[in-house]
Amino acid sequence: MMKKLLIFIVCLFIVLWFCGPVLLIIIAALTPSSEYYDVTRLLPAKLTLEHLESLFVRLNGWKATLISIQTALLSILISFAIGLPAAYVLSRYVFKGKNLFRLTILLTRSFPVIIIGVPLVTLYLRIGIADSVLGVSLAHSSMILPFIIIISSSILGGISVEYEEAGMVFGLTRFRSFIRITLPLALPGFAAAAIYAFVLSWNEVFISAIINLTNRTLPAHILNTAMTSPDYFKFAAGTVMALPAMVFIFFTRKYLMSMWGISLK
Amino acid sequence: MLLLPTFAYLIVFIFYPLVETCLLAFSNPAGPLENFRRIITSGEFWKTLRNTLFITAIVVPLQLILGLALAMFVNLRFKGYLFILYIIAIPLALSDVSAALMSYSIFASTGFLNKFLMTLGWIERPLYFFGFRFQDRAFWVIVITEIWRATPLVFIILLAGLQAVNKEYLEAANVFGFSPWQKLWKVVLPILRPSILSALLIRTIFAFQVFGVVWILAGRDIPILAGEAYYWQTVVYNSNVSSAYGLIIAVVTILISWAYITFFKPKSFEEGAT
Repeated sequence: MMKKLLIFIVCLFIVLWFCGPVLLIIIAALTPSSEYYDVTRLLPAKLTLEHLESLFVRLNGWKATLISIQTALLSILISFAIGLPAAYVLSRYVFKGKNLFRLTILLTRSFPVIIIGVPLVTLYLRIGIADSVLGVSLAHSSMILPFIIIISSSILGGISVEYEEAGMVFGLTRFRSFIRITLPLALPGFAAAAIYAFVLSWNEVFISAIINLTNRTLPAHILNTAMTSPDYFKFAAGTVMALPAMVFIFFTRKYLMSMWGISLK
Repeated sequence: MLLLPTFAYLIVFIFYPLVETCLLAFSNPAGPLENFRRIITSGEFWKTLRNTLFITAIVVPLQLILGLALAMFVNLRFKGYLFILYIIAIPLALSDVSAALMSYSIFASTGFLNKFLMTLGWIERPLYFFGFRFQDRAFWVIVITEIWRATPLVFIILLAGLQAVNKEYLEAANVFGFSPWQKLWKVVLPILRPSILSALLIRTIFAFQVFGVVWILAGRDIPILAGEAYYWQTVVYNSNVSSAYGLIIAVVTILISWAYITFFKPKSFEEGAT
């Protein structure tokens, strides 16, 4: 009984500690400005959507949000197109240098992305995709690709090769067998990986802020405008940025361990 | 072959920028080391390095302890532990920018903390946490934010490691009459060693690149390495100095990773042998 109570108290504390700030910023984003600056009011008497509205309309937040979404989707597309074949090979074949390849992928995962930002600006200027969605997406993909390869190969590894071989016995080519049999089985896992990739790109701020000066993604846009705008706009922006995170946890909760619990052994 | 696209991509987007960064960092009409000389003699640099090191040195060990405690707690598998797991995972998906803004909503001069203390009547005037005169306070707000934001990553890695701990080892320890404390030090932690190493590595590497939280909460009042790289690139438009900062981050990161690995590895090999 005592133990149960103790566990309950710790749980309560954990919930407050991790949910508290998220709730507070949502409240702050909905607080009318007059009440926000009144220090004697802890919680607002009424809520308003006006800050969110002006963030989107007056402060160009809408444009930045759209750019963020485009960038994230494009990055996912690029990473899957490039990473999926590699993940397939890793999960299905034994070949010379396989471990070296895995290690390279793992190392790029922990590679400081900051370094690639600056040279990419000059490269993009040269080939004419500076300040574009494509440019940032390509840079984000280099950060997402290792994750996609690692996660996808572990998902594919969990699906028996025999289904695929059975398909080939019945006359499918290896490619069609993969598309028709393995892919549908792996789809939920890939969806989780894609959502995760979306969040990675959505959250990334350094590279987007350096590469794009006018077509900024939402975090980069906030980074620039946050310094000069009133507090309640910051809270509105913070709330908007936090939303995908909630969606992420909800949809990918089954895969949390396999995505994050990878240790370098 | 199917691996080719990945290789090509990594070469263009990791290898090429890396080489280019080195070239940029070492090129200056006044000599190859001029950029670094400029950084080191600027006076700001030592403050920058110190701040980054301090944040890392305070945040990472605390995260490790908290993450381990949380992981062991959730690993008790009490009723509803999955729900708690998801709650703890929330900050994993939050960006540093929005985490910083959340902490700003609490610590701002008209934020929740001040309002709370004032409605209780404990303070008469709001406490200030940000601004040039309150760098020390802002520093601690940053530390708290970083701990809040990134402990879940450590937690998840360690929890995954804990799940691999065989129950029989613990039962064996019970047979030998180990105290809970002894079980932790002699059984659980040695088995967790690889997980702890990867959690430490990943966290330290990312702590060195800390940018969003600091930039939102303190701007250049609290200079940090990544912040300086950003500043030199986007405000001063000097890619060379910016690259030099990037290179410094990379070198320090590599040195620390190497130190961790040599510190942790030999022992695990010994254990593998016995």
